[in-house]
Amino acid sequence: MISINNVHKVFNKGKANQVNAVNGISLEIKAGEFVVIVGSNGSGKTTLLNLLSGSVIPTSGTISIDGTEVTNLPDYRRSQWIARVFQNPLSGTASDLSILDNFRLAAIRTKPKGLKIGVDDAFKKQVRQNIATLGMGLENKVEQPMGTLSGGQRQALTLLMSVMDDCKILLLDEPTAALDPRSADVVMKTADKLIHDFKLTAILITHNLKEAYNYGNRIIQMGEGLVLKDIDAHKKAKLQQNDLFDWFG
Amino acid sequence: MDFYLATLVQGLCFSGIALGIYISMKIFNIPDITTDGSYTLGGAFTGVLLLHNQPTYVVLPVVILAGATAGAITGIIHTKLKINALLAGILVMTALYSINLKLMGRSNLPLNGIPDLFTLLNLVKDPNQNTFCILLLFVVIVTLIIGYLLKTDFGIAMRATGNSESMIRALGVNTDRMKITGLAIANALTAVSGYLITQFQGFADISMGIGIVIVGLGSVIIAEAFINWFRISSVWLSLVLVISGAVIFQFVLAFTLSIGIDATMLKLVTAVFVLLIVSLPRLSFKNSA
Repeated sequence: MISINNVHKVFNKGKANQVNAVNGISLEIKAGEFVVIVGSNGSGKTTLLNLLSGSVIPTSGTISIDGTEVTNLPDYRRSQWIARVFQNPLSGTASDLSILDNFRLAAIRTKPKGLKIGVDDAFKKQVRQNIATLGMGLENKVEQPMGTLSGGQRQALTLLMSVMDDCKILLLDEPTAALDPRSADVVMKTADKLIHDFKLTAILITHNLKEAYNYGNRIIQMGEGLVLKDIDAHKKAKLQQNDLFDWFG
Repeated sequence: MDFYLATLVQGLCFSGIALGIYISMKIFNIPDITTDGSYTLGGAFTGVLLLHNQPTYVVLPVVILAGATAGAITGIIHTKLKINALLAGILVMTALYSINLKLMGRSNLPLNGIPDLFTLLNLVKDPNQNTFCILLLFVVIVTLIIGYLLKTDFGIAMRATGNSESMIRALGVNTDRMKITGLAIANALTAVSGYLITQFQGFADISMGIGIVIVGLGSVIIAEAFINWFRISSVWLSLVLVISGAVIFQFVLAFTLSIGIDATMLKLVTAVFVLLIVSLPRLSFKNSA
């Protein structure tokens, strides 16, 4: 599904503040894999995710998705495959727009945004039903601005929004970093369920080793812009939580 | 014309600027100073074309296109050359001064006795009331078009662009193109205000646009006060409030003049009035906190 071939990313090349964020990573991610990436700050995790989403264009190397080379394709054109959940709950949703309008945009992620009114009664009903599955009681608040909701609610809705339109790849960049433990748990369970139900290929970045242990079927440790460890489903199942802690020892 | 009717009509003429600033400032979060230039551009085209015996319904699309082009240029400078939006607007505004002067040939174009928008239809006998009726109809149509636009999928994407750029890019929208389009629409509306005012006043003037952006800002800020006060989220009501803001703004100015304040002080009064409406809510919040 995703093929990363010897990708490098250098920021501020040739200047005093040059940063070699990613130093030649090659990865093959198969359809349906749920990859968890761990690593200390500055290890290049977020840059790798941004390279995949198209927010950052590589200095060298190639990236393909589903057999199509996308190395130089901007983020808004990769949205035909990729949905994203950001670390900051404010980044994944538009605060001033109603929940309905946010969902409408998500529902046409892969399509052009044309001059027709798409929020009708049938659409409202569909959104209400989807939101009701979260069990947060938000289904009666769909006309409210997104900004009136808590961070946890917004992250959960961002997840739901990602599957409103045809989605193959879900990128989760520390989706629970800004949340309290209980909201974090709800968000991770929702993510896991959606990834399973919609057979998504998913990549999760997290600093929470418990999440890294509990979720996903492949785990990658990054450091200095390189892949340090790459553990497949079979070996991950045998992994103990303490082993993960030892990686950072 | 009756003083207050004239004020009302003038306010309605400025509803284009108010809607334009609402789009650039409130929806896209871009302070767009192109306004001063594109307003005069609308006026200049109207003056020149009417003097060349072009009917007013031919002038309107030309004015819209001219304003949209000016806005798009600001948008391109801002997004593609990565220049601060304020500076991009100032550059285009400055350039437009020469273009407007070149277009007009001289600094003032009187349009006495030339048929215009307000003589196009005879809805009411009294010519002043007729002007008001035509203008009201015009503003209602413009509001319906903009209101519909903001409700469409394209409009929602537009509103999201100014709100959460990371989100809307992840949802497949080219935000650069969206900003260019938005500024084009905003300045087309502003140019329409120039078109209306030129025909209402009966002349186009090279200095008609100086400081006009404050009229739009003032209208939007007045509207915003009501929007926040009553927690309004309806697009339609917001647009009506923005236009009401433009009318209220003109009434405040008219009132200042009527109590005998020197007309040369009008811009100062305008600035102070806008400062007041911006600062009053903040001051009162501070006291209650």
